[in-house]
Amino acid sequence: MKLTGAKIFVESLLREGVNVIFGLPGGAVLSIYDTLYDSSIKHILVRHEQAAAHAADGYARATGKVGVSLVTSGPGATNTVTGVASAYMDSIPIVVFTGQVPTPLIGNDAFQEADIVGMTRPCTKHSYLVKDIRDLARTIKEAFHIASTGRPGPVLVDLPKDVILSETVFHYPDKVSLRSYNPTYEGHTGQINKAAKAILKAKRPIIYVGGGVIRSGASAELLELAELTKIPVTTTLMGLGAFPGQHPLSLGMLGMHGAWYTNTAVTHSDLIIAVGARFDDRVTGKIDEFAPEALIIHIDIDPSAISKNVQVDIPIVGDAKNVLIKLNQELAEATDQTWKEAREHWLRQIKVWKEKHPLRYDWDNNVIKPQYVVEEISRLTNGEAIIATGVGQNQMWTAQFYHFKRPGTFLTSGGLGAMGYGFPAAMGAQAAFPDKLVIDIDGDGSFQMMVQELATVVEYNLPVKVAILNNQHLGMVRQWQELFFKERYSQVNLSVSPDYVKLAEAYGAVGLRATRPEEVTPVLMEAFSTPRPVVIDFQVDPMECVFPMVPAGAGIKDMLLEKPKKEEKKLKAVK
Amino acid sequence: MANEAENQNHTIAVLVENKFGVLARIAGLFSGRGFNIDSLSVGETLDPTISRMTIVTKGDAAIIEQVIKQLHKLIDVIKVIDLTGEDYVDRELVLLKVNAEPAVRAEVLRIADIFRAKVVDVTPTTYTLEATGDQKKIEAIIELLKPYGIQELVRTGKVAIARGSKAIRKRDEEKIRGVREQKVVGFYD
Repeated sequence: MKLTGAKIFVESLLREGVNVIFGLPGGAVLSIYDTLYDSSIKHILVRHEQAAAHAADGYARATGKVGVSLVTSGPGATNTVTGVASAYMDSIPIVVFTGQVPTPLIGNDAFQEADIVGMTRPCTKHSYLVKDIRDLARTIKEAFHIASTGRPGPVLVDLPKDVILSETVFHYPDKVSLRSYNPTYEGHTGQINKAAKAILKAKRPIIYVGGGVIRSGASAELLELAELTKIPVTTTLMGLGAFPGQHPLSLGMLGMHGAWYTNTAVTHSDLIIAVGARFDDRVTGKIDEFAPEALIIHIDIDPSAISKNVQVDIPIVGDAKNVLIKLNQELAEATDQTWKEAREHWLRQIKVWKEKHPLRYDWDNNVIKPQYVVEEISRLTNGEAIIATGVGQNQMWTAQFYHFKRPGTFLTSGGLGAMGYGFPAAMGAQAAFPDKLVIDIDGDGSFQMMVQELATVVEYNLPVKVAILNNQHLGMVRQWQELFFKERYSQVNLSVSPDYVKLAEAYGAVGLRATRPEEVTPVLMEAFSTPRPVVIDFQVDPMECVFPMVPAGAGIKDMLLEKPKKEEKKLKAVK
Repeated sequence: MANEAENQNHTIAVLVENKFGVLARIAGLFSGRGFNIDSLSVGETLDPTISRMTIVTKGDAAIIEQVIKQLHKLIDVIKVIDLTGEDYVDRELVLLKVNAEPAVRAEVLRIADIFRAKVVDVTPTTYTLEATGDQKKIEAIIELLKPYGIQELVRTGKVAIARGSKAIRKRDEEKIRGVREQKVVGFYD
């Protein structure tokens, strides 16, 4: 029996186990939407296509499965680009289906035509333009395979209108075989052996973990490695949740806004065991001053991540989970126990550093400190909620003060840093887990970029909680202007903003507000016990900065721990 | 020393799926990541589903390592071989339209002869010459013909093939084994 392209599309998604997609219809995909009308796949109608891509991304991070979005040609497709680019930078498996004008019209500047494959080539793992109906099923199979294997990433499939209208016999392939794509999953035994020897020899080792551990599902193996060898663990922004934040061996996040003690420990380390991380510039700071004394082991599934920014001594290409299992076996069998004494000394030293400059902020009885809001959310949820963030100060405070326990509970646009990500990503995670507590800790600037999705969460009763750390500024930019541009605040003031309580109510959601510190906890508790979407306007200190911080171009050990004192500044001026 | 390393030319052979858009992916990779591309030539292989590219690029060792890894990362790329440092033959073809007024016609022909270039078109005032050779030879013939006035010139860019009896795929496999034992493990598939 022959099926239309639209039917093949829906059937193929069902074979891939897709039960929810995020999208917005248009002329080029009408026939697919007609087929979806009687399909069991749940379609969530977003209000802007960027949200469709971010929601698919949030869904993928929270579930580990491939997130799917469906949009029309031209503007529908171009609106997804930010979401696709963000998923690419963070290696998140999503498949984005875009409509396209009929094949005879491609290249003619037809109505709502855009060369979306061309536009997204540098920010997708792979992309397809399906020109022949007979290629459709195989292409969809390949798209899901490529998105979810190796180093995951977004795949875009462009579907011309005439292709999805035409018919062919439907056959969904069982397997994908691509001669040009065979990721390396097993680490090289000799290299793993070398790594084990280096670990046993090291006196001041650190495990540095990125999002790759989460994508690989290697958290248990990581915990085993750390506990077996008593090596402290630091994570990148993307790695938060891979290792329990409250674990005694946890050093939290490193890098630009990492803890001082973490960066100090990295700087003094003699061995870095990097797992599924890519030595991003926000992590390393000035590259020559990053762990200058350390030997570097780098475990990554992507060979191109190895020795890209930092010269690696022991590279191991492979899946983090597979490699860690083998490494743990080698280490467990090792008879050499001489490292124990040195390790005690190292851990004692780190404890001293932790006590010297812990992560902290100044309390104020009258003004809500944004860090306090995050701390309270962490305490009340016991680190069990799924947390999304915007980009900027809200994101960094969440990274610093929320104690993540589990992988897949932190959704953030790390590499691209796309403001507006948090709310639709939270929506995507909530669609996957309707009964879990999903919280978007957002900034007023970030939230407003995707605020239209309030309609979506209300329509589908996705009870996302949005905690706006409202400082009436583009806070991170304001912070840089304060610290490095002589307090010349150029275009960062957002004091003309909507009344978020009324705005939430206008959309049919619940709006709450807290203006004083003592209101924070009751308001949060009220929000968490409300089974509907809630927006909370936390009116926080507008001048608060994220500390500690590594100034641009500095080494990670040279951190600003607090604002330069006003008096000091004045004194200097007098002199 | 550093300068010398930076200026090193590399000739890279790339086997790719013969599909539309592949050239754009490769070209986009070079421009997007700021890699140099001196020349690129492409054509079908014996297997019509595979095309072979010869890319000449510049960079220090770290950059070339990234170029090769990033090329590998593209889904449509099947094999990448850096021919530099190995024994290989490279050739380029050039077509030149040279002024050949009666007074100098014989001289132009003599130069063509020295370089074993062929006359492929002739008019009362011009010769069109075809020459092949490695880059040095091509540069030399161009230099020698310049004084007569080159009206038009077109070069194919370099193509290269390794010497010896082994085909690219076999050589690649051996190289993988070698590389695995030395430095970058699991570098290829």
